[in-house]
Amino acid sequence: MIAHLAAPETADYLTEERGIRSWLLTTDHKRIGLLYTFSVTFFFAVGALFAALMRLELLTPASDLVDPETYNKLFSMHGIMMVWFFLIPSIPNTLGNFLIPMMIGAKDVAFPKLNLASWYVFMIGGCVALYSMMRGGVDTGWTFYTPFSTIYSTTYVVGAAAGVFISGFSSIMTGLNFIATIHGLRAPGMTWFRLPLFIWSHYATSVILVLATPILAITLLMIAVERIFQVGIFSPELGGDPVLFQHMFWFYSHPAVYIMVLPGMAVISELVAAFSRRAVFGYVFVAFASIAIAVIGFLVWGHHMFVAGQSVYSAMAFSVLSYLVAVPSAIKVFNWSATLYKGSVSWDTPMLYAIGFIGLFTVGGMTGLFLAALGIDVHVTDTYFVIAHFHYIMVGGTVMAFLGGVHYWWPKISGKLYPEGLARLSALIVFLGFNLTFFPQFVLGYLGMPRRYAAYPPEWQALNVLSTAGASILGIGYLLPLCYLIWSWRCGPPAPPNPWRATGLEWQTPSPPPKHNFEVTPVVRRKAYDYEGMKEELRLV
Amino acid sequence: MNSLQLLPQSASTFASEYDPFFWCLVVVCGAVTLGIAVFVVYAVIRYRRRREDELPEQIEGNYKIEATWTVIPLIIFLGMFGWGAKTYFDVEAPPADSMKIYVVAKQWMWKLQHIDGQREINTLHVPVGRPVQLIMISQDVIHSFFVPAFRIKQDVLPGRYTTIWFKATQPGQYHLFCAEYCGTKHSGMIGWVYAMEPHEYERWLTEGAAEGSLASTGEKLFHQFGCANCHHFDGHGPCPDLRGLYGRPVVLQNGTTRVADDTYIRECILKKKPAPVAGFADFMPSFDGHLTEDQILALTTYIKSIGPQPGTGQPSSSGTAPKNYGTQRGIAGPGATSNAGTESDSR
Amino acid sequence: MSSPEVLALREQYGTADQQREISTIGMWIFLATEVMFFGGLFAGFAIYRMYYTQGFMEGSAEMEIVLGSVNTAVLITSSLTMALSVYKTSIGKQFHTYLLLLATAVLGLVFLGIKFTEYYLHYQHHKVPGIWFESTSPHSGAIELFFVYYFCMTGLHALHMIIGISVVVVFAIRTALGRFNALYHTPILILGLYWHFVDIVWVFLFGIFYISGLHR
Repeated sequence: MIAHLAAPETADYLTEERGIRSWLLTTDHKRIGLLYTFSVTFFFAVGALFAALMRLELLTPASDLVDPETYNKLFSMHGIMMVWFFLIPSIPNTLGNFLIPMMIGAKDVAFPKLNLASWYVFMIGGCVALYSMMRGGVDTGWTFYTPFSTIYSTTYVVGAAAGVFISGFSSIMTGLNFIATIHGLRAPGMTWFRLPLFIWSHYATSVILVLATPILAITLLMIAVERIFQVGIFSPELGGDPVLFQHMFWFYSHPAVYIMVLPGMAVISELVAAFSRRAVFGYVFVAFASIAIAVIGFLVWGHHMFVAGQSVYSAMAFSVLSYLVAVPSAIKVFNWSATLYKGSVSWDTPMLYAIGFIGLFTVGGMTGLFLAALGIDVHVTDTYFVIAHFHYIMVGGTVMAFLGGVHYWWPKISGKLYPEGLARLSALIVFLGFNLTFFPQFVLGYLGMPRRYAAYPPEWQALNVLSTAGASILGIGYLLPLCYLIWSWRCGPPAPPNPWRATGLEWQTPSPPPKHNFEVTPVVRRKAYDYEGMKEELRLV
Repeated sequence: MNSLQLLPQSASTFASEYDPFFWCLVVVCGAVTLGIAVFVVYAVIRYRRRREDELPEQIEGNYKIEATWTVIPLIIFLGMFGWGAKTYFDVEAPPADSMKIYVVAKQWMWKLQHIDGQREINTLHVPVGRPVQLIMISQDVIHSFFVPAFRIKQDVLPGRYTTIWFKATQPGQYHLFCAEYCGTKHSGMIGWVYAMEPHEYERWLTEGAAEGSLASTGEKLFHQFGCANCHHFDGHGPCPDLRGLYGRPVVLQNGTTRVADDTYIRECILKKKPAPVAGFADFMPSFDGHLTEDQILALTTYIKSIGPQPGTGQPSSSGTAPKNYGTQRGIAGPGATSNAGTESDSR
Repeated sequence: MSSPEVLALREQYGTADQQREISTIGMWIFLATEVMFFGGLFAGFAIYRMYYTQGFMEGSAEMEIVLGSVNTAVLITSSLTMALSVYKTSIGKQFHTYLLLLATAVLGLVFLGIKFTEYYLHYQHHKVPGIWFESTSPHSGAIELFFVYYFCMTGLHALHMIIGISVVVVFAIRTALGRFNALYHTPILILGLYWHFVDIVWVFLFGIFYISGLHR
């Protein structure tokens, strides 16, 4: 492998072309990754604003800050924004777009114009969804259950569903692009088992993206048809079955949560390796665990419906399969932990986020075991226990991984270094704020506080106040990186090509990289994470 | 009033079965999480990078360790599955001698109907120590009947009956919530369950303005809507004689057999059944839109209460319901067929 | 006349084979998404057919079996012309390719014409849910549900046909302009894959909607 040193006069992907047109018409995967980064940050802020209003409302037992109608719209729009306009695209379309070609030694993705088109489709979907929200919002929950969404709701259901429908095509395009890229554009010598685990996880994610998203599309189409033409596909008037909607919806939405978490796991594999200076323990097992999660993840959707009226026998089948899907996740956590053993563990910010991920994802996963137990689920489903469970995975997991990955690859993406001290402090604030926000919600769920309630019995106020306090701390923890990362882009010290002394082809390029990534196509002869073999190039002793 | 509650009340037999399992999971999962956390914190400190150019020992993996931490969690998980399945069966299979109460949910209130006529809105009075089975249906969207103190929850669907049961163990006043988002006043669709000592419950039943039993209400409707004009009770009418119908298998014109349970009767009234009864012409009109769910339940109760045809020797089916409604077992949904008649394993 | 991504790939590997292989993989993945897309509707239809067998058979009896059969023959023939056009372009016979692509487009338009005629006939018989639906059958609810699925699935299929026909016409024009040759004709190849897929979907639609009421 040839290491390049950055000469100041050499143009990189940021400076080679300038002007707004060169950004809006780019086919460079790195620039598209940055376009997505702006978009998802914006949508995250919108979703976070809705969450802040909800938590403020929940400071008091009565529905006194906003009326119930508004509260219902807040939680619906929070869910829609966060799920489809932040979590699903966050890591794959920002970090994945930027890094996948570089990690496999390619100059771009398989279909660069399709990549750009996917961003425009995503933005159109986001605009349609935002427009529905500004016109008055939607109050069906992000789950759009029928017949409420199709017959009884008086809000902009079709508009919101259309926004999501359109953004789904962006997901499909991205997944298609990644699969074709990983299959076809690997550098000579980059065999499957020499790929970084980031690639394996994103490959699994892409398979789910292309196979599951169409089901969402057709389900949303059907509810639009039902709502517009008032025909009872999922409503009992014509003999339609509302539970059929739930089956179709969750058949997509359960694999969707793996779309949201597998990329997080992809990042964590890289962080744990780099900041232990070790190959991830049990590489092959972690690689296949990603595939197993993707496959088994398609078979467990009914665990969202244990009290929905399906048969006891199908509930049992879904329960046992849900336990099976937990096994590969457990394997990954154990392997990451084992990687630390006798490693050289750095406490840099990305590693802090990775450690936080391991802890919080474990709690989230464990509480998933509770929910998979049929009898337990009867009491805690549709309560704050479920909300806490999935926020531990999505926020304690995916968002932490996203922040960790952004910090890790920040020198490569921006060519600058972020302020380490402030970044570590922010990671700590995020971790503490997160736990204070969501741990009390486990207790609230066990006590019986249902989801989507604007008002609640007074004996639950103390726990709700704790949760809101945590949310304000968490908010500060998110604002700080936003500020110092933007600051560092402009004013930070320049970054060397490989500040972390990590393996991986992306670190063999200048920071920031040139437009076509590699001057010469690399030829790969080493296995993944070959610290021993690369010790001379990385100047390790 | 207290604003800090940390433990839920436990007021049913199922809650007593539920809590040990829940806390066992807390202990096991907590221990594993703690173990991982302790190991990670230990490793992060013990193996902290001392020099910027440090290269540690490269350990790639170990098949035995992988096998261990795959198989052991799998075994633990299957144990959790087994315990969970058992508790689930317990809460989903009502005892045969359960007291039936009908629940009709609508935006945004609960209407509860006792067999002997007591109607309640957003409250439910039940005796302690007797199994109570709720037969529920929604008039509009999906709701969910949730009593945290009993640890029970069941979605209430439009268009078909769902059921849950419980046995209260302690007198008291317990929250009732709607747990499936149903629109604007979802968080206002709440109430109270009052568990009472049996003698107090009996007294409560006799008080209050009951308009007669549910069956007598049904009988009035049976005449008011003209059912009696065709369904004669002398075996000679143009339509099937409904005496002793409830709980019996019925042969339909398309050759299939259905058991005449609540679901079947509702389908007949609303004209949603797959085929008319064998041997009769099909000119029963549909009462879809003319009868509310409450009224359908009253008619069904009436049909349950009328005795068998003379000389058939079949037992009257009043007071006992079939063991299941075809929704909790077998293939559920509109037009559920002979699964409705399968033997249940209730206790 | 190559597009930038071809250049980029060629820069890396320098073979048209690589580009064709990746484009083909891309189309197969897209077809997998289409299977899932239509599959959701097929699954819903299958479930309701199980619940409402009688009603769905009565709905099926309302189908215009002659027009449907003609349409099936038309579409299968169009797949033949499409496949032949791929063959002809691969052996360098661009003029034949052009004619065959045009024939494919024409057959596709014939299909759509017959389809929309059927839709109009359904309208005349008051069998269009949400717009004009009447039925005196005791199973009218199930029949309406049958027609909801009918219009959604054949409508979606027709939309795919319209997109396909448009691309066929564009590629016919590009062929006439000499953009393809024996070495480079990947777009026609992957268009062929798409066209065959849309044809197969129709065969299944024909089966579930038209055939199931035949033995009533």
